[in-house]
Amino acid sequence: MSVGLPAYLTVAAILFTIGVFGIFVNRRNVIVIMMAIELILLAVNINLVAFSSYLHEVTGQVFAMFVLTVAAAEAAVGLAILVTFFRNRGDIAVDNANMMKG
Amino acid sequence: MTFEGALSIALPELILSIGALALLALGAFLGNKSTRLIASGAGLVLVVAAAAAVLGPRGAAFHGGFVQDAAAVYSKVVIYLISAVGILLGEPWLKRVKNSRFEYPVLILLAALGMGMMASAGDLISSYIGVELQSLALYVMAAFQRDDSKASEAGLKYFILGALSSGILLYGASLIYGFAGSTRFVDISAAVHAGAGTGVIFGVVFLMCGIAFKASAAPFHMWTPDVYEGAPTPVVAFMTAAPKMAALVLFARVLENGFPGAVKQWSQVLIAIAIISMVWGAFAGLAQKNLKRLWAYSSIANVGYALVGLSTGTQEGVQSMLVFMTLYLIDVTGFFACLTALSRDGRPMEKFEDMAGLMKERPGIALCMTAFALSGLGLPPFSGFWGKVYVFKAAADANLGWLAALGLLSSVVAAFYYLRLIKTMWFDPPAGRTDAAPMDARGVAFAAAAFSFPVVLPALALLDPLSRAAASAFGLN
Repeated sequence: MSVGLPAYLTVAAILFTIGVFGIFVNRRNVIVIMMAIELILLAVNINLVAFSSYLHEVTGQVFAMFVLTVAAAEAAVGLAILVTFFRNRGDIAVDNANMMKG
Repeated sequence: MTFEGALSIALPELILSIGALALLALGAFLGNKSTRLIASGAGLVLVVAAAAAVLGPRGAAFHGGFVQDAAAVYSKVVIYLISAVGILLGEPWLKRVKNSRFEYPVLILLAALGMGMMASAGDLISSYIGVELQSLALYVMAAFQRDDSKASEAGLKYFILGALSSGILLYGASLIYGFAGSTRFVDISAAVHAGAGTGVIFGVVFLMCGIAFKASAAPFHMWTPDVYEGAPTPVVAFMTAAPKMAALVLFARVLENGFPGAVKQWSQVLIAIAIISMVWGAFAGLAQKNLKRLWAYSSIANVGYALVGLSTGTQEGVQSMLVFMTLYLIDVTGFFACLTALSRDGRPMEKFEDMAGLMKERPGIALCMTAFALSGLGLPPFSGFWGKVYVFKAAADANLGWLAALGLLSSVVAAFYYLRLIKTMWFDPPAGRTDAAPMDARGVAFAAAAFSFPVVLPALALLDPLSRAAASAFGLN
């Protein structure tokens, strides 16, 4: 028995939605937001690889490799910014990022 | 095409990437004492890259993934030169606040490289790489003042919302790839023409949301005011200028090259984004007390005007977008150069009340800011007026006269805050002495103000044929 393309797309769509909700609903911790971002990128990767296998075409897998690499760079930059934020505030709670409003 | 031929087409990007890496290595050896040397080197690299873009060969390289046509060359020259101005403003400022680091000019080089990739993208993968290269450099630059808690909060907010927008953009790209069967814009265009169905349209809407985030068009603008308020002023001067041009050119690339067969669908989305941006940028700006926040809303409105031009889907519309953005870039860089030049007792002056009576205290800078405010208002003969003329004429010619009328109405609302700034500077009692204005920021401000009027008039005679040639590269009618 083989699993069809719609099943993969559904899983990816669910993961993507969980990721987006993880950014907007989460009010506690910035690290959780970074995990949600990672979830979004992985959802995209599932999409790309599933399409690539369905279309018998390799571009999607190349694209997925690029996404993985960029995701690593993005996590590095994000964590570095988070460290400076923590040094200034002594805290990484989302609710405390409120110096600027309006 | 041979590999050497492809490399020669991508020569400006090669110069930028090798230049950035070489300067980074040099800086790592010499330390922060060498910042001035690295900054001059980076400025030189940008100018050389702009020259290479003009003089180098044109064509498509790497199987269509990288396109060097008149539109790419036009936007690259604008982007690279305005990035060089960003170095000119940023490096001396960082020295004044005792945070002089050699990474700053290198980051600007990498951001410019990403923007160049966006302007020449012929493929979903190369556009994604360009967007990310630009964004990652900008996140770091926003948080460059490491000891400042406002700047690190700005960097964090920019990073989270920027990463979310990249994710949305990518999700759209993956859907387009799946339903059109290719990542290359030419093949996507053929697939759409053959009837690729709703999956692709779904994908392009996601993709447009992602790019609108990067261009800070409403309703995807929520990061803009916070980041502009928190980030250092010279960084804001850089962020409001070149990245917006790159994002709008990428919009044109994706939509006009990849989806010419679906103009009806995407122009509706663009018109909606343009209307919300113009109206929200005008109304939300009314309540602002901080000038950096105010200019963030002003930039949202201005992106809306540029999108009006793009949403027509005609060659005239693309041309109007290019001219509008070029003129706006110079204005906004000049305005933030004024803010960089101003300080009182070592603290930056960013609020309306700080500007009270500036005309008596610093007449030169106050006159420049008056010129930029009048230009933002769209008063003839300043450059902002000519940009709006191009955009609204393109809209009227494409039977979107009502959209042009809406743009005019929203700029009347926005006139309130521009005029309020002028009134505060000219007629309010002075708020106190200001520190001596540094040469570099003042020079950029005066040059930009002189461009705003009167240099813009002869410059338009030059920009008009160049931008028309650039727009014709998209092969529209």
